Amino acid sequence: MTRIIVVTSGKGGVGKTTTSAAIAMGFAQKGHKTAVIDFDVGLRNLDLIMGCERRVVYDIVNVIYGEATLNQALIRDKHCEQLYILPASQTRDKDALSQEGVGQILEELAAKDFEYVVCDSPAGIEKGAHLAMYFADDAFVVTNPEVASVRDSDRMLGILSSKSRRAEQGLEPIKEYLLLTRYSPERVRIGEMLSVADVQDILSLHLLGVIPESKSVLTASNSGMPVILDEKSDAGQAYADIVARYLGEDKPHRFIEEKKGLFGKFFGSK
Amino acid sequence: MSLLDYFKITKASSASVAKERLQILVAHERSFKNQPSYLPQLQKELIDVIKKYVNIEQDAITVRLEQDEHQETLEVNIVLPEKSR
Repeated sequence: MTRIIVVTSGKGGVGKTTTSAAIAMGFAQKGHKTAVIDFDVGLRNLDLIMGCERRVVYDIVNVIYGEATLNQALIRDKHCEQLYILPASQTRDKDALSQEGVGQILEELAAKDFEYVVCDSPAGIEKGAHLAMYFADDAFVVTNPEVASVRDSDRMLGILSSKSRRAEQGLEPIKEYLLLTRYSPERVRIGEMLSVADVQDILSLHLLGVIPESKSVLTASNSGMPVILDEKSDAGQAYADIVARYLGEDKPHRFIEEKKGLFGKFFGSK
Repeated sequence: MSLLDYFKITKASSASVAKERLQILVAHERSFKNQPSYLPQLQKELIDVIKKYVNIEQDAITVRLEQDEHQETLEVNIVLPEKSR
């Protein structure tokens, strides 16, 4: 059985592509055959985050238009042989995607025994974002603890529950999970940032994990290595936890509390 | 309670302001989301009927459906213009 996961948010710049790259790598590292698809036609970036930008020959639009086979377009990841990347087109616009074409690609991936297909949604609620979520079984809603992002996530939840294939066919609804990214426990403590509990109160979503604000995300993207490969980094560990939790392992939440230094140990509460 | 808690600032934090604003906004937007799709058309037709008798503006009418556990209420609010002298 193939499980289709959409990584979505509504708002741009919250960490969708970083998350897609990290969790796809995480599934593959655990031995699951995984494909990650960039739906941001016109502004592709997943290839860059995955470090395979120089190996892109064909893209999703070529496959939809029959200019290349899916096998020709899929790029095998250089770190993990269970992981394949299907890049977006840079030259076409977002209307080049069609529901039928995307559906066919997903069916073909299922026939090739892919276990997980991660759909990296573009920002916004236009065609690319619509098609990224349309066929999904699960949705990872990436949210920053910030008003615009939370509002857009709520809008996205409404779209997931009304405009998806599962909604249209009256099937079991898409399972929705919250991924709170760029979280800063320190700023939460001094009342400068919405807390995990605040965001959950507003969105009423199951929390899959919290990714702390971390320098390692930028350094990972600089070198084209999904941040989950940086096992020493807090963000890398947070994504590894998320993958494990999604796959059913029992992992307590981390990175919600501040790391206490010596000073905090003496003067902090608890 | 730690020593540092005594020095905390007591005014409303910006995070709690954000939460309050979001809760109001999200509740408002969700109430629109769950409305049946015929409401805009209903509103338009109501305006057309009323306009036959009274000269009202397009935005002088609000139609909303409220739901609670026991009943659904369709609320139509029409603001008539002040009497022209």
